[in-house]
Amino acid sequence: MKLTPKQATLLVLAALIALTPFFFPSGYYYRVGALIFVNGLAVTGIVILTGYAGQVSLGHAGFAGIGAYACALAPVHLGLHPALAAVLGAILSGCMAWLVGRPILRLKGYYLAVATLGFGILVSMVLNNERWLTRGPDGIDVPDLGLRGLLKGWGLDLSNGEFWYFFSGLCLLVGAWLALNLYDSPTGRALRALHGSEIAARVVGVDVARAKLQAFVISAVYASFSGSLLALQNKFVTPDVAGFMHSIEMVTMAVLGGVGSVLGAIFGAGILTLLPQALTVFAEYEQLLLGLVMMLVMIFLREGLLPSILRKIRGTGE
Amino acid sequence: MSALLSIEGLGITFGGLKAVHDVGFSVREGEIVSVIGPNGAGKTTLFNMISGVYQPGAGRVSLSGEDVTGMRPDLLARRGLSRTFQNLQIFQSMTVLENAIAGYHLRESGSVLADLLGLPASRRRALTAREGARALLARVGLDRAAEREAGNLCYGALKRLEIARALALNPKVLLLDEPAAGCNAVETEEIDHLIAEVAASGVAILLVEHDMKMVMRISNHIVVLDHGEKIAEGDPATVSRDPAVIAAYLGTEADHADG
Repeated sequence: MKLTPKQATLLVLAALIALTPFFFPSGYYYRVGALIFVNGLAVTGIVILTGYAGQVSLGHAGFAGIGAYACALAPVHLGLHPALAAVLGAILSGCMAWLVGRPILRLKGYYLAVATLGFGILVSMVLNNERWLTRGPDGIDVPDLGLRGLLKGWGLDLSNGEFWYFFSGLCLLVGAWLALNLYDSPTGRALRALHGSEIAARVVGVDVARAKLQAFVISAVYASFSGSLLALQNKFVTPDVAGFMHSIEMVTMAVLGGVGSVLGAIFGAGILTLLPQALTVFAEYEQLLLGLVMMLVMIFLREGLLPSILRKIRGTGE
Repeated sequence: MSALLSIEGLGITFGGLKAVHDVGFSVREGEIVSVIGPNGAGKTTLFNMISGVYQPGAGRVSLSGEDVTGMRPDLLARRGLSRTFQNLQIFQSMTVLENAIAGYHLRESGSVLADLLGLPASRRRALTAREGARALLARVGLDRAAEREAGNLCYGALKRLEIARALALNPKVLLLDEPAAGCNAVETEEIDHLIAEVAASGVAILLVEHDMKMVMRISNHIVVLDHGEKIAEGDPATVSRDPAVIAAYLGTEADHADG
């Protein structure tokens, strides 16, 4: 039986999630793995926006912030279950993306990058300054999701690290599955078409402004769920989740790994999550090293790490 | 037969320069109308105004009697107008087949949610488009290149791919901007046949082409532009005898041919 690229990607991803724990030297690595999956989820959204549709956002952490704080605030103030709070955050993020993107995406060029930059900073400022609601820069507690306790009741007793590792992994798999469905679908094809040639996309009937808006909203929802997951597993959140550096990180991860492919971008999320752990000795130079890695990749491997590596392998195979 | 595409007094100025001025003509069902003229005569500008890429400064474009002047290209596509480009607009990173499928966008697109979830409805629509696209590729002789990345194809093949993509819309009016440019004699003849066949199926075709032999052979009607203005029109025989046309355009061609 021959696997389609979609099935192959999902299989590789599932196998990696399931099998890597066997090589973990300590329980700490479950935590690192969960962080990779959370970042991977946000980056999968970036693949849809940037890889498929060719649009750049510099403020996606703003949506992660909305998702994260929804999980902190909605259970307390609205009495919602944390899972429903995450869904509320996603809906809110989608609506915000629609409002921000609608006027901007009619314009050509880099207006979206500039506008989203402003949006991200705005969310970050609100989270920092509205102390009566968010408790400001010190951060705020997030209630327990409760799923781990539920599983325990059913006889599946996982440690906190294990639970969040597998739960985040599952969320990432679902996110990747949706993104891969989209790739080869009419909507995905329209996005890739406008990326290739906006004018030709128009001529075949693609409503370019609407298609870009769809990609922007979808990717915002991904970022929102990623923020929710992060807040729920840390049981605590600070406004840093919406910070400018987090937005840049998302784009960097996607571009580094290969923004055109879901697996590549997740690979990028993995590397950039692991790198700071490996470079703790150089903590002060972390940003500097990341910048250097980024520049080298852009100069020598423009498609991103994973697609370039795969091409090399196939190239020698022929 | 009534005109599918009709143009009246169309004009546009770029920074004070009249790129196209007061041009009018019409194309009926199954008819092939060619626009000819020297380089810079305003042919592509005219195409861009008709297809909604540029906003006309003056005049009117109507499609099946409906005023569509300056309408967005995607809305024109919905109304049955399709085009190709002089300087190819191919989706480079897609396969040849995907490029052709893109032409089915209006017929294959449905809800985003269905596409995300990969629902059967979404897959069915995509499959129908895929089958149609395969048949179209066979028609333009590209079926064997279907799975290749479009960016790797040669120029002549890309020209045909653009025609296939434009045909995928099932248009009532088709604008072809130099479909035979860069093609060899055999390819040109193939494109000839294809255009004639499409016209015979009832599509109104507007053609810009530099290959005079091809234009004379397949056109029902020719419009001659020079410096953005219409200087002559009529059937191929009339136009080729017109002194103004010979002076502006055909004369230089004839010299070239004799030399």
